[in-house]
Formats: sequence, structure tokens, C-alpha cells
Amino acid sequence: MPTFNDILVLLPEFYLVAAACLLLLLDAFMKPEQRGVLHWISIAVLLVAIYLVIAGQPPETVTAFGGMFVRDRAAEILKVFSLLSVVLVFIYSRPYLVDRKLFQGEFYTVMIFAVIGVMLLVSAGNLVMIYLGLELLTLSSYGLVALNRDSPLSSEAAMKYFVLGALSSGMLLYGMSMVYGAAGTLDLAALHGATAHAGMPHLMLFGLIFMLVGIAFKLGAAPFHMWIPDVYQGASTPVTTFIASASKLAAFGMAYRLLEGGMADLAHYWQPMLAVIAVLSMAIGNLVAIVQTNLKRMLAYSTISHMGYLIIGLVNAGPEGYSAAMFYAISYALMATAAFGVILALARAGFECEEIDDFKGLNQRSPWMAFLMMLAMFSLAGVPPLYGFFAKYLVLQAAIDAHMLWLAIVGVVFAIIGLYYYLRVVKMMYFDKAEEGVLTKLQPDATLRVVLSLNALVLVALGIYWGPLLGWCKQAFVG
Amino acid sequence: MFNHLLSLLIWLPIIGAVPVLLAGSGRPNAARWLALLFMVLTFVVSLFLLPQYNATAGGMQLVESHVWIASLGVHYGLAVDGISVALIVLTTIVGILVVVGAWEVIKVNTHQYMAAMLVLEGLMIGVFCATDALLFYVFFEAMLIPMFILIGVWGGPRRVYATLKFFIYTFLGSVFMLIALMYLYERSGTFDMHVWASLPLTMKEQTWLFFGFLIAFAIKVPMVPVHTWLPDAHVEAPTGGSVVLAAVMLKVGTYGMLRFILPIVPDAGEHFTWLIVVLSLIAIIYIGYVALVQEDMKKLVAYSSIAHMGFVTLGIFIAFMLIRHDGNVDAARLGMQGAMVQMISHGFVSGAMFTCIGVMYDRLHTRLIKDYGGLINVMPWFGFFYVLFAMANCGLPGTSGFVGEFMVILASFSANPWIGLFAAFTLIIGAGYTLWLVKRVLWGQITNPHVAEMKEINGRETFVLAAFAALVLFIGIWPEPLVHLMDSSVTQLVQQLAVHKI
Repeated sequence: MPTFNDILVLLPEFYLVAAACLLLLLDAFMKPEQRGVLHWISIAVLLVAIYLVIAGQPPETVTAFGGMFVRDRAAEILKVFSLLSVVLVFIYSRPYLVDRKLFQGEFYTVMIFAVIGVMLLVSAGNLVMIYLGLELLTLSSYGLVALNRDSPLSSEAAMKYFVLGALSSGMLLYGMSMVYGAAGTLDLAALHGATAHAGMPHLMLFGLIFMLVGIAFKLGAAPFHMWIPDVYQGASTPVTTFIASASKLAAFGMAYRLLEGGMADLAHYWQPMLAVIAVLSMAIGNLVAIVQTNLKRMLAYSTISHMGYLIIGLVNAGPEGYSAAMFYAISYALMATAAFGVILALARAGFECEEIDDFKGLNQRSPWMAFLMMLAMFSLAGVPPLYGFFAKYLVLQAAIDAHMLWLAIVGVVFAIIGLYYYLRVVKMMYFDKAEEGVLTKLQPDATLRVVLSLNALVLVALGIYWGPLLGWCKQAFVG
Repeated sequence: MFNHLLSLLIWLPIIGAVPVLLAGSGRPNAARWLALLFMVLTFVVSLFLLPQYNATAGGMQLVESHVWIASLGVHYGLAVDGISVALIVLTTIVGILVVVGAWEVIKVNTHQYMAAMLVLEGLMIGVFCATDALLFYVFFEAMLIPMFILIGVWGGPRRVYATLKFFIYTFLGSVFMLIALMYLYERSGTFDMHVWASLPLTMKEQTWLFFGFLIAFAIKVPMVPVHTWLPDAHVEAPTGGSVVLAAVMLKVGTYGMLRFILPIVPDAGEHFTWLIVVLSLIAIIYIGYVALVQEDMKKLVAYSSIAHMGFVTLGIFIAFMLIRHDGNVDAARLGMQGAMVQMISHGFVSGAMFTCIGVMYDRLHTRLIKDYGGLINVMPWFGFFYVLFAMANCGLPGTSGFVGEFMVILASFSANPWIGLFAAFTLIIGAGYTLWLVKRVLWGQITNPHVAEMKEINGRETFVLAAFAALVLFIGIWPEPLVHLMDSSVTQLVQQLAVHKI
């Protein structure tokens, strides 16, 4: 029987579910021209959720529902940043949605359901819970990608995402069933002790490999990255922003729960596998990004490479590595929201502003937006003193810490290669002349501009002073 | 006592960039005056270093240390020795001259140009102050961003190619240094460069670390054969960009060698001294010949920069040879001191040469030597300065160019007469390309009708060139203050070389 205490532990999640249902009702009774209110209510709902997560933080790890749900420091941090990135997505996407007549209540409710999926996933203490959270997140994401249903590109992307996503979920589930067969438990904490002396070690390994495929698919790491470019390009930009930010934090959370929570004793098996995935991701992501002409597609390949770096942190398989990987996931979420935020700020009805050429001469048209985009690009490229550099630095340090100097060297070599395509965007904005006929007007939404500016400037601020954030990340994994 | 002098020096120009940017493209004059104000303020603050720094005591002084990232033990650590002080003052002087030099020349987005210069200045000062390796790396890399923008926005026709090459090339070198820094961190648990200096390392480790550092700094200096980005970057950069690049940024490379290679991996440094000496001699002789055949003035000066920086690397590493093989401390000090003086002197001479080329380019919009000739007939004052800097460039006694080169050649002779002989070739080759350049540009009849219409330098340009001339002559005639400033630091560096770490 669930006790009242269990419900208290899950308070932020229960609250969000209730709020999302109420929003859905509210939307049904609302006139279309009043929908602006819904936008602000949704943001308020999320901010309250952030408050609940932070305020209700238990002093030490607690579990609920018989170990199904774990509330610890790592989960809290991931939840806060996921909720925050969804707030950013809401703020950035309003003018975009209004321009395209997509400004509907469903966008907000489905997005909130997706983030509930994220919250369940990062707090999962049981294989079933992982699967549940993941499905809630991905099913909502499929719907969001198809949001712009009149666009063939969106429908195609949603279809691809759904087919590949279903396949990977199947693999994950298959792997879980194997693990269950070998260990006789679905509970991650129980698995933790059982993996090493499982009756059928081969079956266990078999399951592990299938679960790794599921993790790599969710992260979008090569060679399971095929869906990323199409989905990034095909989905409407707000949804892409969500997939690039909150969804990546969730994927890291899932990887952490499965690998450290359940499979830590098998680390010597999954470390080399992840190292290969990391190298492949960095190689494919960075090399293919060079030839892209569509900015969203380029950022998609850049995501793939970034996931490679994140995985380097996981390869370390110690608190050092997990905190570095978490730091990396947060940095990537903030950089992605900033970069996509600039795209959203420049897009207008009939003009997506998603070709790299659309950014030509941006410095003449809108120096401030060009400056913010430059910060995001240099941060993604990992040039100090921006946040992205320190995130890269920490994962590379984690590789050296794990006596994998070669992995760190591969990492920096691909960082050099990756530099080129980020610099190309800066080149377009600053060095090229604006083409005739390119619209010069910006989105007039003041909130968007202010929040976007803060988002990009945080990349500088966290580059100069990143100690506290790293401290939190470390606390989450030590002791 | 106010003990945040170094922080003030770093952050004053960087924060000054904000109001300059806010002046906006509509008010270029406000941006110019503000930029000048902050450059002059920074210069004035840097002058306080001279009395504050105790040159006789040596060592790292004016120490500032705050915990930056507690969980990693990274510090925001700043301190200076004599060499840093000299380089910082060089930087702040060049900063003023660059802003004045760009006054009317930069017409588009003036505020952004000035802001980029200010940020660059702050970061360069940061490099010369940092005692924490991660902090050093951050400044070292961050410098690339404003320079990338400076070349790319206000540069010549092939600026995009040049600036991308510059950025990627330099980044390529420094990431390997980053790996070396991380390795040292794993070994020692700190980023404090002072601790690293006494960290025992095996020969194998030292060798890897040596090459990790060498690739970063050799690209920055640049040394043969990784120098190819420099001529492109110089040719395409705006005048101010070239001046900063040649006068200060190249010194960051040799400064890095002093701070990292010499104290941290001295045994590997000794082992590979032959490599650096050979590469330096190739830079001095071969690059000298390459400079001889250039048709573009900026390229010629760029190649001559490489040759002159060859003297700096030669002077630094010849000290290894003298100390470790002969135990000749005095000669080693002489070589090291020569290298240091050469660093400062080359800062002023190359800055002046690029300013001269900028002056000509602003009038005729070409950098090709063949388009000029007979310039002395229409611009006698300009000719005066140009000849003076040309003389300094080929190392005429009485100019700053002579002091450093002479000291390095002397030290090389005591190490090995052959090295001294080859190094001395520069006196002939340097004179060859510089004097031939002067002959083709200044002397002779005016063949190009446009040259006849060129106007004499105005007050602003005269100020910049006169300032450079005064500094070149000052160091040339009375190098004693500069040598004294760096003397105890050089002695300490040389003493450190003698310590084996294996």
C-alpha cells in the first residue's frame, strides 16, 4: 500500500500531472484569443514545479513505492534543469507558434507530459519505471514532432522518429527481460548486487548490450544516431529545442540509472563498448556536420558529437566521470536552448531562418542577436572562457583519470575538426555581407529577447564562475 | 596596500569594452575616445608595476590568489616577474598606439573594432600574469576570439581564409597543450605552475609533455615548419591587428616556453635542444631568404618576424646547451637575456614596420612593393621614420634590434662557434631584405603617378611613429633599465635549468 509519505516524495510529479490535466480542461473552455493566458499559466506551473523540487528536497536519498522511485541529488539537479529548459522553450516559441497558427493548448500540455516523463525517468529505481518514464517522454515527443501536421517534413520526421524509437524501446525492453531472467529482479538496487554473481553471466551480458543500444539511441549516439538529423530538421524549432535540451538531460539520467545504478559491477564490460560509441559519435557528428547547409541539421550532427563527449564522462564509471557527464549534459542543454533560441527569435511567418545562409551579415542587421549566437557557437565549439570549454575539459580530464589518455586525445582531435563548422556560422554572421531582400525585422517579443540574452550570457557567466555548479554535480555522486 | 593591481590591469580593458560597444555604430567618435581613455588608463596602471615590482629581489611578486574552482583546486592565481612586467608594459603601450593608429582608418563598426582590441589587450595581460595553468590556458585560448573577429571583419580580400586558418591552426596546437596540462594535474593534483616546477617526472613523461607544450607554443611563435598561418594572417589582418599580432601575440608563444617547458620539463628540453636550435637556425636563415623574394610588403615583414622570433627561441634554448654541457652560467644568462630583450625590441620594431605599411596602404590601397618607389620625394618625414625602423629591423647598433641579437649571437658563439656563425648570417640577410625593401619603396624616381599624389603623414600618424621611434632608440641606446628589470628573473630561470628532475 502506498503511504502518504510516498506521495509526498512524488509531490512535484503528482502536482504536474494534475496541473497538466487542468490545463487541458482550461484550454477546452478557452476562447482562442485568450490563449496568451494559458502560455503564462503553463510557465507559472513549471516554475512552481521547480520550486517544489528544490524546496521539497530531502536531506538524503529517499525511495518511494517500494524502491520504484528514487529521489536523490542527481535526480533533483536533472529535474530542475529539465524544467528550466522547458520554461525557456515556452518563452522562446510563443511568437513562432503564433506566426504559424500552432499556438494551441496541446503544445503546452503535451510538453508538460513529456517533462513528467523526464522526471520519472531520472528518478527511476526500477527497470519498469525506466521504461515507463521513457515511454511517456517519447510518446509525447512523437506527438510534438508531428505538431505541425500540415508539413510533410514534420510528418516524415515524426514517422521516422516513431518507427526507430519503437524499435529502440523494443530493444531496451528485450534487454531488460534478459537481465530479469539472469538476475531475477527488476529493482536496480537489487540488480546492483546481483549482476556479479548472476547465475547466467552470458544472459546478463546479452541483456546489457541490448540496454546499451537503448541508451545510445536515446542519447543519439552513433551508430544509433540516424533519427537525430531528420527529427531536428523536420520538427518545428520549439520541439527541436526541447529534444535537444530536456530530452538529453533525461537520456543522461537514464544512462546513469541503468549503468551506475544497476550495472556498476559490469563496468569493465560496458566501458569499452561506450568508448567505441563515444569515438564513433565524435567522428560522425563532427565530420558530417561540416557539409551541412541547414543550421538545424548541422546542430543535429553537433548534438551527436556532443553526446560522444558526454559518453566519455560515463566511460570513467566513477563519481568524477558522472559529475563531468552531468555537467556536460547541463551545459549542452543551455547551449542548445541559446542557439535554437536565436533561430526562434529570427524566424517569422514564412521564414524559418534555419539555413546557415540566412545568417549572412546578421551583425549588420542585428548585432546583439549575432553576438548571442556567437557566444553559443564558441561555447559549443569549446573555446574558453565559455561554459562549453569547461564541460569538455571535465570529461577529457575524466578520461585521463580513467587511464584512457587515448580517448582524451581522440576527443581533442575531433574538437579541432568540429571547430570549423561553428566558426563558419560566426563567419556568416560577421564577415559576410547581408544579401539583398533578406528581411531585417526581429521578433518584437521583449520577454523572448531578455530571456534569450540571459540564457546566452549565462554561458559566459558559467565560464567565468562554474565552481558552485560543479560542486553540486559532484555532491550528487559522492557518498 | 592595494594588492589587486594585476586584476585591475586585466579587467580594466575588458570591462572598458562594454561602454565602447554600447556607444554603437552611430557614434564612432565616442567609441574612439572611450577606447583611448581605457587604453591610457590601463597604460597608467601598468606603469605602477615598475615601482611596485622589486627588480633586485626577483621571483614572483604582487601575488594574488583566490580559489576559483574549489572542487578542482583551481586558483585564480596571478603574479609577475621582471619578464612579465616588461611584456605587460609593452602590451599596454602597443594598445594605445593601435587605437590611435586606427582612429580614422576603421570606418565600419568602429565600436566593435575598439571593443575587440580592448578585450584582446586584457586577455594578453592575463596570459602574462597567470600562475595557474588552467587560468593561463583560458587566457591563451580566449585571445583567439577577438583576433578572429578582428581579422575576419576588417581584414583584406582573403580575410576569411586567413582568419579561419589562424584560428584552427592555433587551436590545434593548444589542445595538445591542454592534454599535457590535464596529465600534469592528474600527476600533481594541482594547476599551480610553481608546484609543477618541482614535480619529478620520468624522461618518458617529460618527452611527451615537452612535445605537447612545444606544438602549442611553436605554432604561436611561430617556428618553422608550423609558421605558414602567420604570413596569411598578417597580410589579411587590418593594420592594428597585424601590429598586435606581431608585437605581442607572438611573444605569448616564447613566454609560454619560459613558463612551461623550461621549469617543468627541463630534461626533455635539454635532450631536444638540438631540435629547437636547428629549427631556429632554419627560421633565421631560410625564412630570411624567403623574405627576400616577397613582393608584398606585409608578407616580407611577416617573414622577417619569423626570422627574428628564431633568435628568441635560439637564445632560450642555447641556455640549455651552455648550462647543461659547459656549466657556463654567465653565457647562458647572456643568451636568455638577449632573447628577452629581443622579444621586447621585436615588439616595437615589428609594430612600427606594420604601422608604416598601414600608413602607405591607407593612401594607395596596395601592399605590393612594385607599386611604390620614390616615396621619399613626397613623404620625407615618413621616409625618415621608415628608414629608422628598417635599420632597427636589420639590427643596426644604436637601435633596439641590435642589443638582443648581439647578445644571442655572443652566447651562441660560446656554445658552439658554428651556431654563432649561422646565427650571424642574419646580419647579412636581414640587411639584404630590409634595405632592398627601402630602396624599392622609398628611393628612386616616382614611376607610379598615384605615388606623386600621396600626402605626408598627419599629426596622428606622426605621433604613433614617433612613439615607436623613441622606444626603439631608447632600448637601443640605453638597454640597462630593461635588462635590469628582467635580470634577476632571468638568473632564476637559468638556475632552474640546472636542476635535473628525473
